[in-house]
Amino acid sequence: MVEAVRTALAEEMRRDDRIIVMGEDVGLKGGVFGATQGLHQEFGDLRVIDSPLAEASIVGVAIGAALAGLRPVAEIQFQDFIPPAMDQILSEAAKIRYRSNNDWSCPLVIRAPCGGGVHVHGALYHSQSLEALFAHVPGLKVVLPSTPGDAKGLLTAALRDPDPVCFFEHKALYRAFKGEVPAGEHVVPIGRARVARPGRDLVCFTYGATVHESLRAAERLGLEGIEVEVVDLRTVRPLDRECIVETARRIGKVLVAHEANLAGGVGAEVAAIVAEECFESLDGPVMRLGGPEIPAIPFAESLAEVYYLGADRIEAGLRRLAAY
Amino acid sequence: MAVTESAPPAALDLGPDTLLEMYRAMVLGRLLDERIIILNRQGRAPFAISGQGHEATQVGVGYALRRDYDWAVPYYRDLSLVLVMGMSPLDQLLAALGKAGDPNSGGRQMPAHYSSRAHNIVTGGSPVATQILHAVGVGLAFRYRGEDRVVVTACGEGGTSEGDWHEGLNWAAVHRLPVIFLVENNGFAISVPQARQMAVAHVTDRAAGYGLPGVCVDGGDVLAVHQVAVEAVARARRGEGPTLIEAHCVRLQSHSSDDDQRRYRAPDDLRDLRSHDPLDRFRVDLEAAGILSPERAAAVRADCLAEIDRAQQIADEAPAPDPATALHHVHQEG
Ligand SMILES: Cc1ncc(C[n+]2csc(CCOP(=O)(O)OP(=O)(O)O)c2C)c(N)n1
Repeated sequence: MVEAVRTALAEEMRRDDRIIVMGEDVGLKGGVFGATQGLHQEFGDLRVIDSPLAEASIVGVAIGAALAGLRPVAEIQFQDFIPPAMDQILSEAAKIRYRSNNDWSCPLVIRAPCGGGVHVHGALYHSQSLEALFAHVPGLKVVLPSTPGDAKGLLTAALRDPDPVCFFEHKALYRAFKGEVPAGEHVVPIGRARVARPGRDLVCFTYGATVHESLRAAERLGLEGIEVEVVDLRTVRPLDRECIVETARRIGKVLVAHEANLAGGVGAEVAAIVAEECFESLDGPVMRLGGPEIPAIPFAESLAEVYYLGADRIEAGLRRLAAY
Repeated sequence: MAVTESAPPAALDLGPDTLLEMYRAMVLGRLLDERIIILNRQGRAPFAISGQGHEATQVGVGYALRRDYDWAVPYYRDLSLVLVMGMSPLDQLLAALGKAGDPNSGGRQMPAHYSSRAHNIVTGGSPVATQILHAVGVGLAFRYRGEDRVVVTACGEGGTSEGDWHEGLNWAAVHRLPVIFLVENNGFAISVPQARQMAVAHVTDRAAGYGLPGVCVDGGDVLAVHQVAVEAVARARRGEGPTLIEAHCVRLQSHSSDDDQRRYRAPDDLRDLRSHDPLDRFRVDLEAAGILSPERAAAVRADCLAEIDRAQQIADEAPAPDPATALHHVHQEG
């Protein structure tokens, strides 16, 4: 998937010379995950900027450049290090259009790798999934692709968006899924979910790396004739309400699964939408799966297992739901 | 390079027309500021925050910029600066009264959150010093497009304690961006004196730490500020990078309409304030130079008051924002 990110950046930078990239190690090194590899060579110092090691300034300077007519991409090396830039994201980028009554706008993409897993070994500060913090904020769009194709298409859409977009890339997906990057112009609209696997008995709403864990779980149940629809939300703000409501009404048994901590997570919002809009179609409680009440994924594999929402736990959740 | 210097005394060599224009700009800023405070006391403007005592600094800097070409990323005391850059008393009275036609925010933000794309005045929020980084980004965009524009951004000395301020100076210095960092040092951040903000005597003592020049100037001397600003603008236009300007101002009013500075400032200090009024200082200098007479000064005042009266009448009659619009413009529409 990292290839897809790189391709989208390069292709859009060729198409639109207002796009610039800034962040830590994005220049000569091409980013710690290689997402900006080759960009510095192709586009030079003025467009691919190794910033000082200061996240508030990466986002704040990008905001200023956006106000002055550029389309900056601010890369934060790990989502775990976004908090210093939170003020700039929540108080500034998200509010610029509204607070100026549409006089100013802030077309800005904030990219950051997120998430962990049992084998990522990122521990507490290189593995978090903080998307819910951003999904709470009007004025932001929050995107989490799960496939290389969507990474390219959604990032392209983000780079063309007139407003700020948080684009969170799961680290476990960077190298896990190769190929399948559509060649040429490929745009996936922000705010639309995707059916990753059709089904009729249960639906699992999910996003990011958990899509793949959910698909594995669905496959296992499929062998027993339990058909699970897996919906990749792709965007967690704005949520694809129409898809969520239509699917939940059609299927009637709903699970929401994400790697992020459960409490106050995106799953709570999805569950609330289903509870409010689909009550009469439900054949069971809306269920949620997410991270436990510990800060993040611990280092040791034995501890990481406790946090991580893998196919086994999703399968168990689906079975409980199926029993209703 | 990174030295703290004090500006030499400035001469009155701008020519009488410009000098009188600058004087009028200071008077207009002052009288409009006073009017907004009156509206607040009358219970008609819910909030007021004053730039009284900062006019010389703002007009001095404003007249160093090329209007509708250079940019500003101001803070809440910069009323006189945004007037010099092209905004009008009506624009600010509409904001004070929270009217639909307020060009700053359409009645969405508190007054004194100055903004006008038409005049290159960047929208700001309320968190102190976040705007400093935006100015650096604006400067970066100028550099990228090969333009010789300059951006000035302002905050108080309290604002210099925020991380964003430090990050901004650092970035601008590393990339030699055309940014002027103006610190309007009135000695207080609400009630907290400068000595509780920093262990150095001058904000400009920090310039060396970032590798940019820092200049201290008497912010009550409009021509001294102007001279320093002209030099900083010229450096920036030549591509030689940012400058930190610390202008010592007096805060004639309390922090805001919700504050009473008598609770934390010594009576002597408060009594002394008026003798530092930058308007009086400039008037006396202009009169001594034979450029301004008491009659002319009175006429300038009357002319500014008439302009403010006309604007207030329009602002009074202007409609409040339609509640149906409250949900608009979170994202681009249509
Ligand atoms: C981040 C943040 N913290 C606190 C405040 C509340 N506040 C508003 S103005 C101010 C004092 C600012 O003082 P200074 O920067 O010296 O500027 P001055 O008001 O003296 O011109 C404070 C504490 C705020 N607006 N933003």
